[in-house]
Amino acid sequence: MSGAHREHGEYWDHADHHGHHADHADHHGHHADHWEHGDHAGHGEHWDHADHGEHWEHGKRDGAGAPGPAPRVPLPRASAEDGARPLPAAPAPAAPPVLEHHVLTSLLGAWALAACSPEEAAAVDAHLGDCEGCAEEALRLREAVGLLQRPESLDLDPALRTRVLDGCLERRPPRVPVPEWATPYDAETARLDALLQDIGDTEWHAPVRLRWFEADDEASRRTTVAGVIAHLLTVDGLVALALGLPDPLEGITAPVPEPASRTEAYWRASGLPPTRAVRRPWREQSHDIVRTAAFTGGRGGATGGRPVSYGGFALPLRDAMLDRAFECWVHAEDIAEAVDYPYAPPAPRHLHGMIDLAARMLPTVLAARRREGPAATAARRHLVPAGAPGRSLRLEIEGSGGGEWLIPLDSPGAVGSADHEVAHVALDGVEFCRLAAGHVPPADAAAGQLGDREAIRDVLFAAASLSRM
Amino acid sequence: MAKKETPPRWDRTMQRRLARGEAAALGELYDRFASLVHGLAHRVLGDEGAADRITRDVFAHVWEHPDTYDPAEGPLRTWIAGLTHRLAVQRLRATETAALARGGPGTTEELEHKVRHASVAARADYIVQSMPAPLRAALELAYFQRRDYRQTAADLGVTEDEARRRLRLGLQLLATAREAGTPGPPPGYRGTTPPGYGGAA
Repeated sequence: MSGAHREHGEYWDHADHHGHHADHADHHGHHADHWEHGDHAGHGEHWDHADHGEHWEHGKRDGAGAPGPAPRVPLPRASAEDGARPLPAAPAPAAPPVLEHHVLTSLLGAWALAACSPEEAAAVDAHLGDCEGCAEEALRLREAVGLLQRPESLDLDPALRTRVLDGCLERRPPRVPVPEWATPYDAETARLDALLQDIGDTEWHAPVRLRWFEADDEASRRTTVAGVIAHLLTVDGLVALALGLPDPLEGITAPVPEPASRTEAYWRASGLPPTRAVRRPWREQSHDIVRTAAFTGGRGGATGGRPVSYGGFALPLRDAMLDRAFECWVHAEDIAEAVDYPYAPPAPRHLHGMIDLAARMLPTVLAARRREGPAATAARRHLVPAGAPGRSLRLEIEGSGGGEWLIPLDSPGAVGSADHEVAHVALDGVEFCRLAAGHVPPADAAAGQLGDREAIRDVLFAAASLSRM
Repeated sequence: MAKKETPPRWDRTMQRRLARGEAAALGELYDRFASLVHGLAHRVLGDEGAADRITRDVFAHVWEHPDTYDPAEGPLRTWIAGLTHRLAVQRLRATETAALARGGPGTTEELEHKVRHASVAARADYIVQSMPAPLRAALELAYFQRRDYRQTAADLGVTEDEARRRLRLGLQLLATAREAGTPGPPPGYRGTTPPGYGGAA
């Protein structure tokens, strides 16, 4: 994930500084390639190789180097002599230039790194025989060069965060816990932030196409990585507002207080395209949201039920936080794709919560679509009194975070019922989320289908229409 | 990753929030320092699982005993790096000693050498991460990208004198990683920060 990864070819195509490795390679009779694969950390005798494994991956040397830190002073080219051709007249080994002491001293760092000209290196070499002070420092600096190491991979296992935090909270229960319903948002924002930490300046301007489903058709909007973070910042701002936190749009007026309008207003207001500077306000706001939710919504707190307005509709805070966690993951995937980094789905427990939210929203969306006309079910709708069992679709979500949901088809007030099951759809959890994010058209969703085809079509289209910019 | 020096106010606030038992503060602490902790532990122990366990132990310690950090002594980041270093070296020594006791190969001297080597390597990492960005950038160019000091100067837009100065100063800082010698028997967590943590920051 880290930039370092992609550069390390350049980093380690020279192993000259590491004389002691050559030593080991000889000693154990190992071939350079050997270290490319195994992590031998567990074996005592190999321990000190383990973290240098990648040196050998690119090592072009034969492993027969002299022990001790070999100077990387370029050697004179030997080819002319080997070829038995007459030596060119000019380059007789020139006497080292005469340099003043302070110049020689200032060259010691560059000399230790083999980063000065051959003439300068020769002058330093000659000087070291005469000057004890410089000789000592030269040795010290050359040893220090051996301590330069390729940065360790910055890829932390995202699941480690939850394990470490859970372990801590078990040992000392928190006085101010983070409510269960806020943990997916906490985890997803942390995961995205770790990705952002590793990307370079130019990648912040990589193009990203936001995709969603609107009026039963695919819609999209072009922006950049930084633009996506600005989008998350402004829409998370709806949650911030509900919690009494400052609005990131402060001073900017959005025509309609809903996600797309707020985002467009924010993008427009700055005049210039957003840069990586947007990371900080986004991250601070997400920390503030989690913190405030913890103070007001923990044990017995009623904050979880507080409405968060999305303009056209509202969700209780606990669902809005799940929705924001879901959006954070979806857009993190957009970003990861744009900058070509891998990105895994959320933890199964969190994924389950997100799928559950979508499943709970489906009956309302089906009803709205019926009112507006697109749902075919309207034609032969069976009237069901609120609270009574009604015709249902069994939504079976496979894989991590999955489960089964009975979706009442005819009224949001009806109760899903196995006895009134008219259709059965089976879908992978991540695929279902892509559908609900508008990234997979309903017609293309890889779903196993059984039963009433129209009911199935309605539900798949309703799922896609959950998406928005 | 280059990090700006943590403002002391952030450190103090964090400590207060941890002491108050705010789980959200623990999450923020993790987000800021987990890659530092895990990276150092991995450099010492050379093993993913062992580095995970040290990471768990370091955050558990800070969460359980936030009062053991004294902001007057220096930045939280430095303190956490020192704590990580001690716990990781302690773990390495313990596992290696146990292996030796079970009749594993090697001698006590080799064990000490190994521990010293790992300890110095981790300290060197921290020094590079914490040194002023201009020095790190110069070393990066001259060592990893094999630029000579004239090219380094041009790349950085500084004079050749300045490039030579940065390379020398960077290496001088790095050389202090060796000064600590072999860490003795593990001190209590309250012990002072080992050399290498703080000097280069």
